[in-house]
Amino acid sequence: MVAKPPSVALRDLRVKKRGKTILGPLDLDLEATGFTIVLGPNGAGKTTLLKVLHGVERIATGTVSWSMPRSRMDQEQAYVFQRPIMLRRSVRQNLAYPLALLGRPKSEIAIQVEHWAGRVGLGNLLDQHAPRLSGGEKQKLALARALIRAPSVLFLDEPCANLDGRSTREIEAVLQAAHSDGTRIIMTTHDLGQARRLANDVIFLSQGQLHEQGAAADIFTNPGQPKTKAFLQGDIVE
Amino acid sequence: MNDIWAGLLAGFQLVITLDADLVDITLRSLKVSLSALVIASLIALPLGTWLAIRRFRFRRAAIATLNALMGLPPVVVGLIVYLLLSRSGPFGVLGLLFTPTAMIIAQVIIITPLIASITHQAMRELWAEYHDLLISLNTTNRQRVLTLIWDGRRALLTGALAGFGRAIGEVGAIMIVGGNIDHATRVLTTAIALETGKGDFALALGLGFVLIALAILLNFAIHTLSRTERHDTW
Ligand SMILES: Nc1ncnc2c1ncn2[C@@H]1O[C@H](COP(=O)(O)OP(=O)(O)O)[C@@H](O)[C@H]1O
Ligand SMILES: [Mg+2]
Repeated sequence: MVAKPPSVALRDLRVKKRGKTILGPLDLDLEATGFTIVLGPNGAGKTTLLKVLHGVERIATGTVSWSMPRSRMDQEQAYVFQRPIMLRRSVRQNLAYPLALLGRPKSEIAIQVEHWAGRVGLGNLLDQHAPRLSGGEKQKLALARALIRAPSVLFLDEPCANLDGRSTREIEAVLQAAHSDGTRIIMTTHDLGQARRLANDVIFLSQGQLHEQGAAADIFTNPGQPKTKAFLQGDIVE
Repeated sequence: MNDIWAGLLAGFQLVITLDADLVDITLRSLKVSLSALVIASLIALPLGTWLAIRRFRFRRAAIATLNALMGLPPVVVGLIVYLLLSRSGPFGVLGLLFTPTAMIIAQVIIITPLIASITHQAMRELWAEYHDLLISLNTTNRQRVLTLIWDGRRALLTGALAGFGRAIGEVGAIMIVGGNIDHATRVLTTAIALETGKGDFALALGLGFVLIALAILLNFAIHTLSRTERHDTW
């Protein structure tokens, strides 16, 4: 089990790049529990929103307030990047890294590494050099490395882009298990089928604006905005 | 022509019989240059890494300065160190001129920019790759530097070997600050210069063989390192 996840509120938030507002102004509240999927066309600002929430994007205006002190929040969250970043080390050392940073004892780290490697099906690749893994294996390693600190909030940016069906299914299973263990998940995806399978609630972004937010069941059956509806039907939306 | 053949033969003989002078000079060379290498690395590895990952106002200027320092003629470094250490200079009271310590100081000044520059290149590349992950994991500056140095260790070792090669092959600066004193500050390069001047080619060539062997060994080590980099055997 993980610590009780925090909720978060964004107010009047803007992110600017080269003088252009690429996200916002937006207000957004996220509950402390659930599995949120961020949807939207390419360039809508999904990645930027995730990075803002994670605290690694510079914001131009507004506030991001977590219901947990910032110092604790830093330890309680993890992020899986769209292109997995592999340390030039073995799979074992990649998994151990986040715990080693926290100064955990070697014996505990070894147990956790074995456990998480098994969870994502990398148990027999522990001594492989991580940069040489396949795309699917890298993404699974990145996911396990994110979960090994038992974060209460987990961000994922299109974790299954370019993966085959089998890897996608394995990753979804791990995500669902983490979710039932109490981890708060906020994730972007291009795969509407995946969104339907996983989401409790959905955020729809377009051109840096929050267009719609609501329970997955509602949005998928009865989207409130024409743009959301068009997007969910598979029309080309900007 | 005969002189040269005789010299080569005599030089070779000195090497295989482990001539006392030759061994003495070789060991001193290694001691001085290895000391310089260790000190220069302790400065250059963190400095190069720091320049790669920290953004600050004069970063570009600092990198340009580093590259300029790399091009400093060793003889000029020798001259400056000489002036600083000479009896009337600011550090004259230390009495370091014409000691191995003075030679180490000169070599440190010569190779630190080289090692720092190679470190900077390698670390910049690795930092671009790791940046998002290390930020996301909320690493401290210290942890970042240690991670980059460890994962970039092969490139850094290559840089260090290049620095060592430059140190042990250098003659101008250490001649000035060391004085080429027999049994005190005479090293491979300065001894070769002296013996050649005297016309004693046997010792000069014998020392030359040792220097060439060291250079080949270094190049072999660098080559092997860059191969393991590609094959990731360690
Ligand atoms: N560093 C940057 N400089 C300029 N524009 C950027 C930068 N990063 C992102 N953008 C722009 O911001 C918009 C949102 O980007 P992003 O959040 O990556 O969208 P998404 O993940 O939804 O595809 C895009 O139009 C993108 O081109
Ligand atoms: Mg994106």
